[in-house]
Amino acid sequence: MILGLGPQEWEAVRLSLRVAFWATVLALPLGIAVAMALARGRFWGRELLNVVVHLPLVLPPVVVGYLLLLSLSPAAPLGQALQSIGIVFAFRWTGAALAAGVMGFPLMVRAIRLAIEAVDPRLEEAAATLGASRLRVFVTVTLPLILPGVLAGAVLAFAKAMGEFGATITFVSNIPGETRTLPSAIYAFLQQPGGEGAALRLVVISVVIATVALVASEALARAMARRVRG
Amino acid sequence: MSLSVDIRHQLGDTALAATFETEGGVTALFGRSGAGKTSVVNAVAGLLRPREGRIVLGDRVLLDRAAGIDVAVHRRRVGYVFQDARLFPHLSVRGNLLFGAPDDRHLGRIADLLGIEGLLDRRPRALSGGEKARVAIGRALLSDPALLLMDEPLASLDQARKEEILPYLERLRDEAGLPILYVSHAVEEVARLANTLVLLDRGQVVRAGPAEALFADPGLAPMLGPRAAGALLSGQITAHHADGLTEVAVSGGRLILPGVGGAEGRRLRVRIEAQDVMLSLTRPEGISALNILPARVTTLHDGQGPGVMVQLAAGKDLILARITRRSAEALALAPGTECYAVIKSVAVAPGDVGRS
Repeated sequence: MILGLGPQEWEAVRLSLRVAFWATVLALPLGIAVAMALARGRFWGRELLNVVVHLPLVLPPVVVGYLLLLSLSPAAPLGQALQSIGIVFAFRWTGAALAAGVMGFPLMVRAIRLAIEAVDPRLEEAAATLGASRLRVFVTVTLPLILPGVLAGAVLAFAKAMGEFGATITFVSNIPGETRTLPSAIYAFLQQPGGEGAALRLVVISVVIATVALVASEALARAMARRVRG
Repeated sequence: MSLSVDIRHQLGDTALAATFETEGGVTALFGRSGAGKTSVVNAVAGLLRPREGRIVLGDRVLLDRAAGIDVAVHRRRVGYVFQDARLFPHLSVRGNLLFGAPDDRHLGRIADLLGIEGLLDRRPRALSGGEKARVAIGRALLSDPALLLMDEPLASLDQARKEEILPYLERLRDEAGLPILYVSHAVEEVARLANTLVLLDRGQVVRAGPAEALFADPGLAPMLGPRAAGALLSGQITAHHADGLTEVAVSGGRLILPGVGGAEGRRLRVRIEAQDVMLSLTRPEGISALNILPARVTTLHDGQGPGVMVQLAAGKDLILARITRRSAEALALAPGTECYAVIKSVAVAPGDVGRS
């Protein structure tokens, strides 16, 4: 027992960090691509994409969780198809990561999109005249310039993932060791007689993790912004 | 290497129609703001897609709308020096210079040529305007271009900085053998650098041809601005005098100019502003002006105001003189009249003398 935490409580902390980490890391490439498309793309359906991306922000989390369950449960065609290639979400920690990723996605995309819109496209033109292909322009000019925004988006998504409750519990339930993340664990302890002590310890842990993450990301963002501005 | 441009495009209210050809050296696109100069350069770079037209650089077709050819910007091999430098803020000067370079073999030489070897580890933000302009030129040069595009590279600089950079550009023109398409609305820069001049007005090419011929054309004076009109004389330094004056041989005689740098025998291009030239029917005596060239009137061109632009032949060179209509009538000037062109030495500013 460290910090007076029991094994069940530790399990919830570790699971939450793992879920939030994978949710953020896997959402990031897609988030950058979608932000790029929304900021720069001129295609039919751009507004529709914008609406779909933002839906998790305005829908009740329970609705998002239920929609995920409807489409990805082993009974649904999509869930079946994924199961046949070995990907299972329902009632697994991977499902918790997916739910957390979906809920944090709009926040991530908004932050990255703002950063992309702040990039001077004339710098990218200059890079092209210097012989850089579109991919090279993106990797060597656009990406370094939007890095502070990407980091901000990742931190927001991570924080959202750490705190996600409604969609997670609806989609993958509250299974100790598998889908019982910090918020679910706090909720579960509060339902048990005498569970207040454990719940309170987890609340403290939540506050500490959130504070450390925010302070570290602020410092990192400042350092990156300095680097980018030159 | 030759460049041939023939494009048509709609720019807001202005119909851009630019057709010209040039054989290497510096080709200056000259015209007022909004004349379409930058659009022509952007079309050559591939940053603007003209509605129709054809652009050929050497033996490479960069654009041919009719044939469906439109080479991507990054494959055109044009070095573009933008008016606003556009250095990458997240890279050091070295990183900027090498961005488009195949390797760093020429870094030292180019940095040396542009006088930026001491700045390599700085960030663009820490550079002055003149330093940024030079880094932008170096970056374009190091990308191994087949053509250099320069859009008012000196516009954001004060006179002293311009004087500092113009010699670099002259060296580029004379030593690198790289064709340069140069946009400017500053007559002095164009007079210093251009071999070929393309005059643009409201999207149309008014005239295109050798710089000397166009600068000596009295009919084009209104476009250059009557106060800025002036012919270009080519000459050769023959002696530096002890009192700080330089003697320059021109085809019609000799000119005494305020001290010009360079060894004897060096070829120069001197711009004589039309408003600094006086005309006299007899060789003036007891006059402070040091330069008196025998000349013959070739044409007179009436302007809108009380002035007349007179073109004179002095040897093989042409000179422009801007005088009042009253004087022209009093002297009974007409094509063929023999007279003397009187030019004060101090009227020729250092910026009016360049290498050729």
